[in-house]
Amino acid sequence: MSTQTTTLDAPGAQLVQQRIAWRTPVIYLVVGALAFVFFGLLTSADEVTRFTVSTSRDFVTISPFAVPSKLVGLVLSVAALGLAGWATYLTRERRKVPTWVPITFGGLVLLAFLVWVMAGNGNALPLTLLLTGALVLSAPLVFGALAGLLCERSGIINIAIEGQLLAGAFLAVVVASITGNPYAGLVAAPVAGALVGGVLVMFAVRYWVDQIIVGVVLNVLVIGVTNYLFSTVLTQNPQALNNPPRLPTLPIPVLSQIPVIGPVLFNHSLVIYLMYAAVAVLQVMVFRSRWGLRMRSVGEHPKAADTVGIKVNLTRVKNTVLGGAVAGLGGAALVAAGLAFTKELTSGKGYIALAAMILGRWSPKGALAAALLFGFADSLRQVLGNLGSPVPSQFLSMLPYLATIFAVAGLVGRVRPPAAEGKPYVK
Amino acid sequence: MKLELRGITKRFGPLVANDHIDLTFEQGEIHALLGENGAGKSTLMNVLYGLYDPDGGEILVDDAPVRFEGPGDAMAAGIGMVHQHFMLIPVFTVAENVVLGHEPTKGGAGIIDLAEARRLVREISDRFGFDVDPDALVEDLPVGVQQRVEIIKALSRDAKVLILDEPTAVLTPQETDELIGIMRQLRAAGTSIVFITHKLREVKAVADKITVIRRGKVVGTASPKDSEAELASLMVGRSVVLGVDKAPARPADVGLAVRGLTVIDERGARVVDDISFEVHRGEIVALAGVQGNGQSELAETLLGLMPATGGSITLDGAELLGRSVDDVLRAGVGFVPEDRSTDGLISTFSIAENLILDLHDQAPYARAGSLSPSRVAANAEQRVGEFDIRLTSVQDPISTLSGGNQQKVVLAREMSRPLRLLVASQPTRGLDVGSIEFVHKRIVAERDKGTPVLIVSTELDEVLALADRIAVMYRGRIIGVVPGGTDRDVLGLMMAGVPAETAHKDAAAHHTTLGAADLEEQQ
Repeated sequence: MSTQTTTLDAPGAQLVQQRIAWRTPVIYLVVGALAFVFFGLLTSADEVTRFTVSTSRDFVTISPFAVPSKLVGLVLSVAALGLAGWATYLTRERRKVPTWVPITFGGLVLLAFLVWVMAGNGNALPLTLLLTGALVLSAPLVFGALAGLLCERSGIINIAIEGQLLAGAFLAVVVASITGNPYAGLVAAPVAGALVGGVLVMFAVRYWVDQIIVGVVLNVLVIGVTNYLFSTVLTQNPQALNNPPRLPTLPIPVLSQIPVIGPVLFNHSLVIYLMYAAVAVLQVMVFRSRWGLRMRSVGEHPKAADTVGIKVNLTRVKNTVLGGAVAGLGGAALVAAGLAFTKELTSGKGYIALAAMILGRWSPKGALAAALLFGFADSLRQVLGNLGSPVPSQFLSMLPYLATIFAVAGLVGRVRPPAAEGKPYVK
Repeated sequence: MKLELRGITKRFGPLVANDHIDLTFEQGEIHALLGENGAGKSTLMNVLYGLYDPDGGEILVDDAPVRFEGPGDAMAAGIGMVHQHFMLIPVFTVAENVVLGHEPTKGGAGIIDLAEARRLVREISDRFGFDVDPDALVEDLPVGVQQRVEIIKALSRDAKVLILDEPTAVLTPQETDELIGIMRQLRAAGTSIVFITHKLREVKAVADKITVIRRGKVVGTASPKDSEAELASLMVGRSVVLGVDKAPARPADVGLAVRGLTVIDERGARVVDDISFEVHRGEIVALAGVQGNGQSELAETLLGLMPATGGSITLDGAELLGRSVDDVLRAGVGFVPEDRSTDGLISTFSIAENLILDLHDQAPYARAGSLSPSRVAANAEQRVGEFDIRLTSVQDPISTLSGGNQQKVVLAREMSRPLRLLVASQPTRGLDVGSIEFVHKRIVAERDKGTPVLIVSTELDEVLALADRIAVMYRGRIIGVVPGGTDRDVLGLMMAGVPAETAHKDAAAHHTTLGAADLEEQQ
C-alpha cells in the first residue's frame, strides 16, 4: 500500500490567490475620466458658476459667490481621478479600500457635476436650499427605513412600507383637515401605519403566508382604498377633508442661527425633530437594550430565543406594529408642508425606504445616511428643475431612482440580513 | 433535585414518538439515555424542557407535579438543556448569548448592563476552567467552545438538571474527553446530568445509570459495566455486528488525483488550501476532520458545484475541474451528498423518480423528451430489491421513508451505474445501526469491484471502520495521511491541527478515556 507524504509548506511553490475584483476600481476610473472630459475639458473657459449659501432671512447672511467653471471642474475631477488611481493601486496590492474613498469620490464628482450643470446659468445655485430640501425629502424615507429595520430585525419582511406611508399620509391629511390642527394629523398617521403593520404581521405569524406577497398585496390594497376614498369622499368636500394646515416651523433658539448648519438642520417642523430623536433613540435601543437584544435574537434564531423563554411571535407582532406606526409617521412627514392628498402620493417612496434600509445595513444611523443620499438626489431634481439645466427634465426626475439602483447595486457590497427574516416560526 | 417523568406520551399525527415513558433522574448522577436516531430521546427531552406539550403523563420535581408552558417555566424549575444544534445566536457575543432572556439592566430604559453580563460569564467560566472570552462573537468560536457557552448559559440560570443532547456529535476525541471531565465536575458539584447519545463507548465511560429507549418506549436499563455488544443489541432489538468485515485493500493504479487544489470562497476565506492527494483504484480513502475544515467544500468542488481557484483534479488522467456537474457525473463519478434531505433527494418526488434524478434525460428512461413511467417504475422495483429499501410503494413520496431508507435510495441511485469514482459525504449521518451496517457493506463492495472510494466523514468510528488510508483535514489543509486503523487519539490530535508525528508522541504520553478503552479492547 502506498503511503503518501504531504508537505504543508512547499518551498518556492506559487501560492494560489483569489482573483482580484477589478470591477469597482474600473468603475471609479471610468466615472473619473468621464467627469474630467465632460465637467472639465468640455466646459467653456470663460463661464462661471454662482452659488448662494444663505437667504436674506437668515441670521447670518453670506453674499453669493462665483467660481470659474472650467478650472474648478478640472481640479475636482483630477482629484477624483487621483482617488480612483489610489483605489486601483490598493486593489492591486490586495488591500482594502477604506469606506471614505467612495464617499469622497462621489462627493467630488457630484460637485464637479454641479459646477458644470450651473456653468453660465444666470441663476445662482442655492446650496442651503438644496441641503434643506434633501433633509425634508429624506424624512419619509428615514421613517420608512426605520420601520423596515424594526420589522426585519425581528424577522418579518416589511414590503408594505409603501402602503404604511400612504395610509399614514392619508389619515394625517384627513384628520388635520377635519380638526384644523396639524398636530392631530401627526398623531393619527401612526395609527394608520400600525393598522397596516398589524394586518401584515397577523397573516405572517398566524397564517404563515409568504410575507413578501402579503406586503405587496397590502400595498395594492392601500392604494386602492385611498384612491377610492380620494375620488369619492375627498373630491366631494375638499375644503373640509383635503385641506390640511401646514405643520408650523419651530426654529430652535441659538442653534438655528448658526450659519449654513442652522437653517439646514434646526429650522424645521416637529416631524423632522422627531426623526432626529427616532434615529438616535433607536440606534441606542436596538443595539444596547434588552428590547433590542430580544428583537434581534428573534430575527436571527427564533428557536434559540424560544428556548430562553422569549415569546417569538409576540415579539414579532409588537415590533411589526411599532414599525408600521413609525412608517405612518413617515406618511405624516410626507404631507407636513400642508400638502393636499393626491392619488398615489408616495410614488414608490416606500420601496426607496426599503433600499435605504438595506444600504444602511439594518442600522438606524445607516438608514439615515442612505435616506439622506436618496433625499439629496430628489432635492437636486427639484432645484435643477426650477433653475433650468442642460439635462432634460425627464432625466432629472429619474435621479432619485437611478441613485437608488446604483447605490444598492454598487455600494452595498456583501450585506447580511437577519438570518430568520421572512421565515415563519413554527415549533 | 429529583426529577421524575411519569407516563409521558407524545404523538405527532399517527406516529407515537414517546409511549408512556417513566424515568427518574436522581440528584448528582449522570444518567444516560441510550437509543438510536429517531428512538424518541430528543422528543422526550423537548417535552421535559417545555418545548413540546405532552399528550399524556406528568412531570414531577421533588415529587410535586409541575406543568411547563414553555422553556421559561422549565428553566425556572432548574432544568437546563444543551441542544444538539446549538441554540446560540451567531452574531451575538458570548455575554449577550448567555444573558439573553434574563438580561441584567441598568437605568430605567432597559439598557443592558454588559459589565455585569461579562462578570457572570467570567465567574462561571473560571469556576470550571472553561477559558471563554465574554466579548468574542459566537460565530468565530470553534464548536467545542460554543458548547461551553451553552453550558455556561444553562448554569447561569442555576440549572440543577442539565440535559445534554448528543453533545459529542461535533467534538474531536480530545474535546469529548474534556467534556467528560466537565460532566464529572458538574456531578461532583451536585448537578444531575441527562446524557443523550447513541454512542456506546461514551456511555460506558461516563454514565452512572443507563436507560435504553427504542421506538418511543423504555426497553430496559443497563449497567455501564455491560459490554458494548450487549448495549447495542438492547438498543437495536437484535444482535448486531459492530464494525465492518472487510478484506485488506488491494490498491491498483491511481484513480483520482488531486493536485494543489485551492478553493477560495466568496468571502475570501481559503476553505481548501493547496491540497494534494490520490485515491487508488480499489481503496477507500477517508477525509477525516472536524466539521467545517474544508471537507464539504472539497467534495463540492470535486463534483463541480463550487469553482476552484487553482490546482487540478484528474480522474483516470482526465481533468475534472471546469466541467459541468452533468459532465462530471457522466465521467462516472457517484456522489452521495452530506445532507440527503436538501441535496440528495427531492422530498415531494416519488421514490421511483428520485432513483433516476440523474438519468431522467437519458435512455431508457426518456425518449424524445418524455419520461417512460413504466421503465422508471421497473428500475425502482429492481433497486428496491437490491438495496433492501423498506417501503409500501415506489410511487409514494420519498418523504414517507425513514432516514435510513432514504439514504439507501441515494446510494442505490449513485451506485447503480458503472462508477469510476465514488465520493460519499457523511454516508451514515443520522442512520440507525442496521442501516449503517448495510451502507458500510455496500461501500466496501464497491471498493472490491476496483472503484476508488473517497469518504468524507466527521465520525471517527466510521472513518476507522471503513478507511484503508485516512487523510486528516484541518483548516483547509491535509495535516497528514495515515494508514487505516490508526489510534483514535492520534487522529483526534491531528483533527485539532497537530502533525502526525507529534500526534503519535502526544497520544502515547496521554490517552483519553475513550482511547484508553479502545486499547484495552484490543488487548
